[in-house]
Amino acid sequence: MRAKLMGLFLLGLIRLLTGSQARWVGCPPKAEQRIYFANHQSHADLLLIWAALPRVLRTLTRPIAARDYWTRTPFRQWITTEVFNAIYVSRERTADEDPLAPLVQALDAGDSIILFPEGTRGYAEEPQEFKAGLYNLALRFPQVVLVPAWINNVQRVMPKGEVVPVPVLCSVTFGAPVQLRGGEPRREFLDRARHAVMALRDV
Amino acid sequence: MNQYLRALSATEQVGAMFIFVFGCMAVAGVVLLFLSIREHPEGAAEDMRRQRLARASGIMRTSWVMVIVFWISWLSGDVVATVLFGLLSFFALREFMTLSPTRRGDHRSLVLAFFLILPLQYVLVGTQQFDLFTVFIPVYVFLAIPVVSALANDPHRFLERNAKLQWGIMVCIYGMSHVPALLLLDFPKYRGRGAFLVFFLVLVVQTCMVVQYVAARRLQRPPSASAISSSFNWTSWWVGVGVASLLGGLLAGITPFQPGQALVLAFVACVAGSLGHLVMKAIKRDRGIPTWGQQGDGVTGAGGLLDRVDALCFAAPVFFHSVRALFNL
Repeated sequence: MRAKLMGLFLLGLIRLLTGSQARWVGCPPKAEQRIYFANHQSHADLLLIWAALPRVLRTLTRPIAARDYWTRTPFRQWITTEVFNAIYVSRERTADEDPLAPLVQALDAGDSIILFPEGTRGYAEEPQEFKAGLYNLALRFPQVVLVPAWINNVQRVMPKGEVVPVPVLCSVTFGAPVQLRGGEPRREFLDRARHAVMALRDV
Repeated sequence: MNQYLRALSATEQVGAMFIFVFGCMAVAGVVLLFLSIREHPEGAAEDMRRQRLARASGIMRTSWVMVIVFWISWLSGDVVATVLFGLLSFFALREFMTLSPTRRGDHRSLVLAFFLILPLQYVLVGTQQFDLFTVFIPVYVFLAIPVVSALANDPHRFLERNAKLQWGIMVCIYGMSHVPALLLLDFPKYRGRGAFLVFFLVLVVQTCMVVQYVAARRLQRPPSASAISSSFNWTSWWVGVGVASLLGGLLAGITPFQPGQALVLAFVACVAGSLGHLVMKAIKRDRGIPTWGQQGDGVTGAGGLLDRVDALCFAAPVFFHSVRALFNL
């Protein structure tokens, strides 16, 4: 109940501040298993994609949270598990642990996920090179639909180091699904995926 | 009829006005419905007609929303009305700022504009401190915004960025806040009838815009400022302002003005509103956008709000000050 109220509050807040407009350009919102991958410029990115999805899809789609940061206090842990139903991944690599294991588990269970393949937030105009995670997941789950998304304007809402957000209209543009071709090299696929995201900027 | 209306109390009169407006809009809606189901041979002319109808029903939808907002704000009293117009200001300013690129150094100034200046201006309206209300933004905020920007330590395009901020605040907050101020203006022997003044202003300015638009289509004169607006020309402008001023003179009965005063005040409001609309169009051309909404259709419903209210934002302050000067309020 509290989680639901918190979800509604966050949803209202993000709509008031950004309008959180979803533009489904390349595919309709549909309840199939998907990996949404997008550019990453701000902490609010995740919230914005989450708010832009229709309510039914929102419950099926799980964002990813860094374990060390988001489990440090009880409140952070509560909000990521109860409100966002997030998947925790560890940022520091240990030899015996596959960093993708929690994602694989979630995809095996039939959930959709939101992924930022750049790994960290970028502050340049263009997204950084994509990390290999997207490729590995695409290879392992060929039936999951890969949907590129471009998040526009969010960096203006809350630049790095600021606490108070500013109201600016933002939008999330969802493009046509990208597929891993048979035998396509890793770098080629990741570049193609990155360009699919960047192409949505000017739609 | 006239005497019957005059015998009603202020509340009943305003209620009657809303019944009249809702009735007119219902009639217009029925006419639109009949136009849309009438059969026509297919072809290019039919497509044009469909587009015109779609645009007309778009305008109808916005008008319904606006009228219902006015109605609710009147029903629930001055405080709610002030808050509602504050929200309109907020959404309009959000649109303006979205399409005026700012830099990271402007963040604090934007926070100031949205979360301090906007609420303060509406508190000043609500508490009827009209002397401070009219100078708060042009004097104090004018100075405060560049100070905050300078402290952000970013000289890049400093004047330009500050001008954008000041403009957004002036049009979206200062201009808009004069509409609820009209509601609260204290006329002798005119208590509780502020809604009529707002109605008078909105109706007159909107009539001016519509007549001007229709006249420009029919008359087909060469545009006076072709790089800015393909439709604006002085002939149709005079037609629009003239018709709306006459309407204002006829509506004198619902205002505290004499017919001559009503005509002049309507004229002043229309000149400010229609030319303000032209100025906002010039800003849009500068930014290379057709409307203030987000590109494509505004799914959020907030898209393009500023396109609809910009004339009002320019007309309201001028109208407000003329009225105050005329009546020594």
